[in-house]
Amino acid sequence: MSARTLTPAAETPASTQGPVAETLRQTRSTTRDDRIALAGAVLASLATTWLLYTQVLPLSGRLGFIIVWYAVFIAYFAGLTALTRPWPIVADRIATILVVAAPVIVGAALASAVLSTVIEGFEPLMHANFYVDDMSGVQGDDAFDKGGLLHAIAGTVIQMSIAVAIAMPLGLLTAIFTAEVGGKMANTVRSVIEAMTAMPSVVAGLFIYTVWLVYLGQQTSGFAASLALAIMALPIMARASDVVLRVVPGGLREASYALGATRWQTVWHVVLPTARPALATALILGVARAVGETSPLLLTSGASTYFNANPFSEPMNSLPLYIYSSASSGIPQMAERANAAAAVLLVVVLTLFTTARLIARRKGARG
Amino acid sequence: MHPETSPLDVADDALDDDVPRDLSARPVGSDRVFVGVTRGVGVLVFVIVTAIGLFLGLQSAPTFAHYGFSFLTESRWLPSQDIIGIASVALGTVQVAIIALVLAIPLALGTALFITDWSPEKWRAGLTSAVDLMAAVPGIVFGLWVLLLVQPHATHVTHWISKHFGWIPFLEVHTDVDYPIWNQAPGYPSYAGSAAIAAIAVAAMIFPMATSVMREVFAQAPAGEKEAALALGGTRWAVVRNVVLPFGKSGIIGGSMLALGRALGETISVVLVINQAFELKIRALESGTSTISALIATGYKEASPAQLSALLTAGFLLFVVTLVVNTLAAGVVARARSGAVSEL
Repeated sequence: MSARTLTPAAETPASTQGPVAETLRQTRSTTRDDRIALAGAVLASLATTWLLYTQVLPLSGRLGFIIVWYAVFIAYFAGLTALTRPWPIVADRIATILVVAAPVIVGAALASAVLSTVIEGFEPLMHANFYVDDMSGVQGDDAFDKGGLLHAIAGTVIQMSIAVAIAMPLGLLTAIFTAEVGGKMANTVRSVIEAMTAMPSVVAGLFIYTVWLVYLGQQTSGFAASLALAIMALPIMARASDVVLRVVPGGLREASYALGATRWQTVWHVVLPTARPALATALILGVARAVGETSPLLLTSGASTYFNANPFSEPMNSLPLYIYSSASSGIPQMAERANAAAAVLLVVVLTLFTTARLIARRKGARG
Repeated sequence: MHPETSPLDVADDALDDDVPRDLSARPVGSDRVFVGVTRGVGVLVFVIVTAIGLFLGLQSAPTFAHYGFSFLTESRWLPSQDIIGIASVALGTVQVAIIALVLAIPLALGTALFITDWSPEKWRAGLTSAVDLMAAVPGIVFGLWVLLLVQPHATHVTHWISKHFGWIPFLEVHTDVDYPIWNQAPGYPSYAGSAAIAAIAVAAMIFPMATSVMREVFAQAPAGEKEAALALGGTRWAVVRNVVLPFGKSGIIGGSMLALGRALGETISVVLVINQAFELKIRALESGTSTISALIATGYKEASPAQLSALLTAGFLLFVVTLVVNTLAAGVVARARSGAVSEL
């Protein structure tokens, strides 16, 4: 951390043996002084905060305790360091405390968000019927051995399959057009697609609601939700694929043309295989993002309580929608079911994400 | 292409015959199909996407014809009396987005710096992955987390802030602040579901995007200058302050703006947390607010055709604002990435 760092021992050069293998000096070790100052600051700040918080000031709340403790801790640690060290080092220590706090806070938030869904939803998750039943005829405050989210899981799978079947080929072909065919038109398409990625997902849902359900008079259905998801995902997938394709080195294309390959052969045998891992990653991440979207579904699919595998008629539920309607019902049991469903949704997203990472790593391609 | 004067003895008339080969390549059948199909799809997508944009944009005509200019200035949303306007939701949208930025950007900055400059080398890939994974966590999960887990704790903090800084209009809450929070009616009605608490969920949603943009730019900070600063005896903070931060300034600004673009459109976590109220107020800690996207998600059902146009217009405005923010941000980030690397 500083020039005062102690070097490790065993560095006395033995003059009799010629050049000795030098050990790299550790530039980042901490001295005992530092460790004691840190421990002292932690203990002292905890004690002071406890005193302030419970005895002196009329404050309450655990979150407040942590905030006050952190402020007191910075003050103590800076003060202790300033006793023995010059200002630049004190500034470095303060900066370190501030910087390290950020990932710690975010990590704690992410961990608590994930763990709380699992813990709060633990009871429904432990019942097998939760995975094989639907909610038809189940009251919100019924025990957890009744009802489940099979209909929501099926709905998510069906809706996502249709949306991906629409958005992925269109997105990929559009990306091939913008990245490989080129020309003025391609640049226009690229800018329009880039602009469209700014469309909030709820607006995509409202668009389908207005056109498909109100103007064309269709029912709420899984297919309407798929359309909304496809509209939302299409620009994202097209843009991500375009970026990935443009990273493919131009030399590969030129080599292919020089060997007499046609454009189609070049794209099919050179560009796409080169970009495949990165493309797969980009597309799967697009799917992972779409699978958790709730607002387009809220406006289009309707929320059934029963199992419905037909995307073209009758409302169809899905995991995000199930979570939303359960959580906003205000019934404690439904809140637990919402958490359990959120845990299932997180598993789905995590699986997609891990798959994407594994594919990306297999060929060492850049995602 | 031009034949050089050959050392071989070539007859002059042979050279005269050597005309440049015609290079115009006529595409073979498969190429024509390939170009035709991709161009067809590209144009199709272009048409679809433009049609959506135009459709949304054209809805403003019936909206302004029906509601007039008061659509922008009216703060109430009363579908049954056909008095609607987006003033209060627009203010709510901006409030939620700004508070989310205030919460998320310092954390994103710290995390990005931690990944590039503080963490051990072998942690970096894992931490980067973790941030990317967080970007894939659905908004509904963060909404649930804030609603059930965070809100009861966060209201203590907002209560304390409103009690001691309530003289700032922005932080005021219209209630008896001296009443201890545990003594208020169940669920702390005056503090729950405020813009500030919804912003916590939004902050969790925008944090990963801001972090990954900043981290990418910080990672490109010139190693030579960093080493030079270290060699001059600089501490790690000195290196960061004098090399990494000046270099990454546009990354910080661009990342924050991209995050702002995302925050403006965030819907479901906000809907889940807020107590919806259509009231023009800047008291961000007080219960009851709304955003444009939350209005769309909740108001579409009982909307008459004219009101549906109004919702679409509101959505279009949100889209345009997001587009402008994103475009500016992309420009700023592109400048950062184009490599203002100083030569050593």
